[in-house]
Amino acid sequence: MDGFGSDFSKGGAGGKMDTGTIMEQVKVQIAVANAQELLQRMTDKCFKKCIGKPGSCLDNSEQKCIAMCMDRYMDAWNTVSRAYNSRLQRERSRI
Amino acid sequence: MEGQGAAADPQLQQFIEVESQKQRFQQLVHQMTEVCWEKCMDKPSPKLDSRTESCFVNCVERFIDTSQFILNRLEQTQRSRGSFSETMSD
Repeated sequence: MDGFGSDFSKGGAGGKMDTGTIMEQVKVQIAVANAQELLQRMTDKCFKKCIGKPGSCLDNSEQKCIAMCMDRYMDAWNTVSRAYNSRLQRERSRI
Repeated sequence: MEGQGAAADPQLQQFIEVESQKQRFQQLVHQMTEVCWEKCMDKPSPKLDSRTESCFVNCVERFIDTSQFILNRLEQTQRSRGSFSETMSD
């Protein structure tokens, strides 16, 4: 995770970076930030759903529940994204 | 902002504008997924059934409605009571 920050400042310290490089790096950073955001929220939600009382290890049924929860969270994310997008489209065409 | 060389680059400026907008979209999707997950998801099942899916769709629609309603109402109260902004900034 350190890599991204240090890469960026290394390039910046050397004077002017060309626009393409900056855009490339910004895109990577955005992608990482989004993945982290998703990971964090997904962990939160699936921990809540699947771990009733934390035991001495993550048992088989808990693992199964987490795996299923992850898939459903992705489904939910995609459904929300589609619904929001179509709402935006509708509102844009109304104007 | 304008004093910086990088910000003056029109290509970069446009890029940042587009990416910021995309990011606002993504952020709201993260937020709404979390909120609607609490409202719509019981126990995760092997498939997202259609009832749950339509719950998510409705949840998104009503969340946006709520946000717009609140915004409109705040605007109205602010307009009818000029003192509103002063109380906010106190």
